[in-house]
Amino acid sequence: MITKSRLQIPRPTARPGDEPDFSYLDLSPAGSIDKPPIGARTRDIEYLSSGLVRVLDEDFAAKGPWDPGLDPTQLQVALRWMMLTRALDERMWQIQRQGRISFYMQSLGEEAVSIAQGMALRPGDMCFPSYRNQGLYLYRGVKLVDIMCQCLSNTRDMCKGRQLPVMYHSKAGNVFSISGNLATQFPQAVGWAMASAIKGEDHIAASWVGDGSTAEADFHYALTFAAVYQAPVILNVVNNQWAISTFQGTAGGQRRAFAARGLGLGIPGIRVDGNDLLAVYAVTLWAADRARRGGGPTLIEHVTYRGGAHSTSDDPSKYRPKDEWAAFPLGDPIERLKQHLIVEGHWSEAKHEKLAEQLKVDVHAAWKEAQKYGTMTEGPFLDPATMFEDVYDEMPAHLESQRRRMLEVLSGD
Amino acid sequence: MAQMNMIEAIRSAHDVMMDKDPTVIVLGEDVGYFGGVFRCTDGLQRKFGDHRVIDAPIAEGGIVAAALGMGVNGLRPVAEIQFADYIYPGFDQIVSELGRLRYRSCGEFFSPVTIRTPCGGGIRGGQTHSQSPEGIFTHVSGIKTVMPSNPYDAKGLLISAIESDDPVIFFEPKRIYNGPFDGDPEKPGVSWSSHPKGEVPEGYYTVPLGSAEIALPGEELTIVTYGTLVHVAIAAAKETGVDCEVVDVRTLAPLDIKTLADSVKKTGRCLIAHEATRFGGYGAELAATLQKECFYQLEAPIGRVAGWDTPYPHAFEWQYFPGLRRLSAGIRRVMEAE
Repeated sequence: MITKSRLQIPRPTARPGDEPDFSYLDLSPAGSIDKPPIGARTRDIEYLSSGLVRVLDEDFAAKGPWDPGLDPTQLQVALRWMMLTRALDERMWQIQRQGRISFYMQSLGEEAVSIAQGMALRPGDMCFPSYRNQGLYLYRGVKLVDIMCQCLSNTRDMCKGRQLPVMYHSKAGNVFSISGNLATQFPQAVGWAMASAIKGEDHIAASWVGDGSTAEADFHYALTFAAVYQAPVILNVVNNQWAISTFQGTAGGQRRAFAARGLGLGIPGIRVDGNDLLAVYAVTLWAADRARRGGGPTLIEHVTYRGGAHSTSDDPSKYRPKDEWAAFPLGDPIERLKQHLIVEGHWSEAKHEKLAEQLKVDVHAAWKEAQKYGTMTEGPFLDPATMFEDVYDEMPAHLESQRRRMLEVLSGD
Repeated sequence: MAQMNMIEAIRSAHDVMMDKDPTVIVLGEDVGYFGGVFRCTDGLQRKFGDHRVIDAPIAEGGIVAAALGMGVNGLRPVAEIQFADYIYPGFDQIVSELGRLRYRSCGEFFSPVTIRTPCGGGIRGGQTHSQSPEGIFTHVSGIKTVMPSNPYDAKGLLISAIESDDPVIFFEPKRIYNGPFDGDPEKPGVSWSSHPKGEVPEGYYTVPLGSAEIALPGEELTIVTYGTLVHVAIAAAKETGVDCEVVDVRTLAPLDIKTLADSVKKTGRCLIAHEATRFGGYGAELAATLQKECFYQLEAPIGRVAGWDTPYPHAFEWQYFPGLRRLSAGIRRVMEAE
């Protein structure tokens, strides 16, 4: 019996030097979670927020009611997008380590989230991503060279040198601009979705945050507005276990799954194996159909693992076991889809290796091209006078005068 | 033309714009069924429906964020923050998101949100219903900051704000919602019906953003001010007998520096007055800019009258408020200085 109040400071199960320990993760066998009709009442499907929707089993076979029945070609395409994301990340990581870009963030181990959801959503649906959704930008048509030019802040940079690397945007692909402040996009997505319904359109919105930033007020604004107005939106929590150095328990994930955060507001939550492309695709399609038919929002928690550092600015060996990812019970999303295709007879190690090589070549070619538009040290360089543009729709007098002054200073007057 | 107080003028601006443009929608706390705690949106939900005039949860950050998302999706939202004192939970969404979206996406995305919010003291609101935080917003790039001082300007400026593709923070000095106020709380209240700017066209018109106005022409001293203090400044000019030119800034950012500087160059003396706290305030920016623009014409140091650098105290509201006596003393100080 506790006789006085005391704080419980959340502590992860393993720190550097410890054996990785994922015993805290509640897992369900593949195929074991029922798939309800999209019209189901939230109170009747609370089990979805505590179980774990999985399709691929230990032997890489697809099982159960959530198997989306994607054909082999679609799965090969999905595999290719995930592999491309990883090939891009690997290259950009090296490039940052060589000092040729200032900063980078990988999505290593989380590639299935962006690709599966990109596939399940319609092109007219609007995405409000976090900084670890590069796969979405790729899937929705942003070219490798444009991704790289953004990271280089060069003359082809879509952001004209105004944004830190990885803060992309794509109006054409309906992928929103990444802020850099966490979770701000979550309630914005709800507003976008509300507007869609106000206008009588059937486009939905989707947004992504990490487990760490569910602690932000914006997360709760989003849930409240989405619930109150039954906005057609999919709210995704990518629970990759780590927020820089703090584990998901520091954001309040120890006693109840993030998927359950919306239950008090009547928002159904689905906890899904985030490394199982088939499962992520299936739950996203379910939530999208529900939203599109007036069923309102769904909160999806993707249980995954951040395979790499938070960014190029931190060293994860300082705060978690080095081999933790290898011990993660949900494995690697690329490996699992690859094995599934092989088991089904639609893929082979040789084909896989060949594709991996080809993607490396593509990424290398894109990097060669990107550098032609300028690097951090070699021109062509962006015109610094452009920094005064787009602050307002039209440039006000004081900015015009500051622009002139800056150019005078730069020209030595 | 019709007689309108500021509340009616603001309501009329909404009405005109919602009629004209189906993408204009309103959201905020109590704005729908009830019509707003100050009645600025009264009747709009009955006329335009509850999909266009939306009662929002008490979550200012959520209101601004939702408005931003709606704006990205082709709507033109007018968000009401019930009191300017409540705007801070939405501050990150205003500063880091609304103000920078166009910039960070190089014009691919923008959100034409107008945020209306009642500000200022003089209604016994205490420290959480009296603040004038405009200077916090004029410091932020990418947003426009507006504060009208009368019904005609309120409607015309609000229509311009709604039509602007830039985000606008629209401060409404609530002390003068129902009538001009000369800074003396002992006097009986005056209505807008006797004021020329209480004459407001019923239909569409605009007052452009970014233009100041001479509220009272004069030759001896320029008072640069906005909001409630425009009326206090005019009263102080009368009381002191000094031939003051009162310039109503109207749009605080971007600033119409030419109208201000032309006046100060003409009179050679300048007093800046605002209700907001003084240190690091908007008046400091005005003083620095006018000093640079008008240095060789200035005959005396630029004076400032502002709220004291304390929270707005409930019981000492009139000791805090920069009223008639403080404005008059300010005028005399600048006139006597050499």
